[in-house]
Amino acid sequence: MVFKQRELRWLHFGAFTDDHDACSAAKECREAGFDVVDVHGPYPIHGIEEAMGMKRSKLTWACFFFGLSGLALARWLQYFTSRDDWPLNVGGKPFESWPAFVPVAFELTVLFASLGVVATFFISNRLFFGKKPRLPEASVTDDEFVVVIRDKGAGLTQTDLSDLWDRHGAIRSWDQMEEVKS
Amino acid sequence: MADEACVDIPPLILGDRTPKDVTADVAAPIERGASKSWWVAFIVALSLLGVGFAAVWYQIATGIGTWGLNKTVGWAFDITNFVFWVGIGHAGTLISAILFLMRQKWRTSMNRAAEAMTIIAVMCAGLFPVIHMGRPWLAHWVFPYPNFRGPLWVNFRSPLLWDVFAIGTYFTVSAVFWYFGLIPDLATLRDRTKSKIKKAIFGFFSMGWSGSQRSWMRYEVVYLLLAGLATPLVVSVHSVVSFDFATAVIPGWHTTVFPPYFVIGAIFSGFAMVMTLMLIARKVLNFENYITQRHINAACRVIVFGSCVVGFAYTTELFIAWYSGSEYEQFAFLNRIRGPMGWAYWIMVSCNVIIPQLLWFGKVRKNLLLVFIVTIFVNIGMWFERFVIIVTSIHRDFLPSSWASYCPTAIEVATFVGSFGLFFTLFLLFCRFFPFLAMSEVKGVLEKKGGHA
Repeated sequence: MVFKQRELRWLHFGAFTDDHDACSAAKECREAGFDVVDVHGPYPIHGIEEAMGMKRSKLTWACFFFGLSGLALARWLQYFTSRDDWPLNVGGKPFESWPAFVPVAFELTVLFASLGVVATFFISNRLFFGKKPRLPEASVTDDEFVVVIRDKGAGLTQTDLSDLWDRHGAIRSWDQMEEVKS
Repeated sequence: MADEACVDIPPLILGDRTPKDVTADVAAPIERGASKSWWVAFIVALSLLGVGFAAVWYQIATGIGTWGLNKTVGWAFDITNFVFWVGIGHAGTLISAILFLMRQKWRTSMNRAAEAMTIIAVMCAGLFPVIHMGRPWLAHWVFPYPNFRGPLWVNFRSPLLWDVFAIGTYFTVSAVFWYFGLIPDLATLRDRTKSKIKKAIFGFFSMGWSGSQRSWMRYEVVYLLLAGLATPLVVSVHSVVSFDFATAVIPGWHTTVFPPYFVIGAIFSGFAMVMTLMLIARKVLNFENYITQRHINAACRVIVFGSCVVGFAYTTELFIAWYSGSEYEQFAFLNRIRGPMGWAYWIMVSCNVIIPQLLWFGKVRKNLLLVFIVTIFVNIGMWFERFVIIVTSIHRDFLPSSWASYCPTAIEVATFVGSFGLFFTLFLLFCRFFPFLAMSEVKGVLEKKGGHA
């Protein structure tokens, strides 16, 4: 049997009541060499993407391709049923009439694009029914913002860090050990 | 409005609410439990639903011969109700999607309830075509699936089938959009409640939402995409509904103006219904700080705009009928105005075009009782609009020998009343068990004292 050595590292938390304070604190933490794990809060903060160094979401592409697949399905389904499999003469209308196929093609495009992008969102955020939430504090869904940072060996002392929290107006700050998953 | 830019615009949310207050205020009706008035309203709504249920049971068991239809008037009350309810639904999507794309922040106080109204209204609408089939146990035949009847496929060249796809997609996307917006608020309720059972229920449905900004950023992208998809969708839905008529060759139906005319009518009627509900809800649920005079003003402006466009559409129809030189078209519209059902036309014009003009006046908009009355008139007028379009166009056929009239039977009226029962039952359940306002969105538009915009 191989025993793995448990590796631990520090997580630091700072709680804020103002979204802009949390944002600027996260920004400075990042500049100081910390890894900004996340910022939790009751609503999205404007400009947090840059502060946290997030990349542009690729969800728009997922949406586009799901939409395209809906369109392809509608195209195939309508031509297959109306022209190939059992062409039915209804009032002498042509079997293959693309203008008549536009509404259903549009609806299926929208249906696939929206359901697809929402499903992709849930998967990429690992959200599912019955999932236990991992909250730094219960108040982050109410009125507080909590910045969670991880030490990457930034060389900042504890005093430097508490000074950083104070400068940005944190109402509380605390630290916690985290096990490193390998 | 230019004059508004100079004067102080009141904040969107009054009463200096902090995010914590918002949570408390929105959660209050859910935590408070049902009040006496809620129970009274709920029992009334449930009784109406019961009446509707009995009527539907009877007409399905007996057949749709229980309706007042005849050989000439083959579509009347049922389809009127269908179009009426689909139209009501449109305001929810307008508020949640179109106003979102237009960055209208006042929508945040109304979007949740309006979206719930959309979903419920589409449910009510969906009932009518299913009943109209006469054999609702075969309703699944409207879907294209491999079957042992040939396989005989559905007719993709028919607007009635486009309706199936349009309404089906609209219902699904609206429900997903609504639920998607609900997730952060369910998480708030989960972290707030002390009851173990409620925590488990909210916890299950909030999908482990932790308010992570990484999630929030993607959430915003998805919200924007859904809004972008729902906007053309809502326009397509009532356009497709109007195709049911516009692709027919019947004078009065065969009109190219129908799609935009139906869409604006839908938004107009839906907004009136939103206001009807909001004016009651803000009082009963203590949301007067959230749904303020500013919101009511904005909504009234949308209604008065809708009224003018609807009026313009009525005029266009008349003009085109005259200008076409087709005597059938001209007769259809003269008959609509002066024929045996002219009274319905004039109810439509007065309720939709004349009465809402009152909302131009600030004094009227400040008198909430008057606004409420106007919205009720619009609701009535828009129901009559669909009735006028459907019945007066067909009751005078090309052959005078087949001219007929139409009068709804008690069964048809009871079914319509029942659909209101369903609507209010579900809406009351929504008010009681769901956050009526989108908390996370309202928190985002609060004005802070510190001077941050």
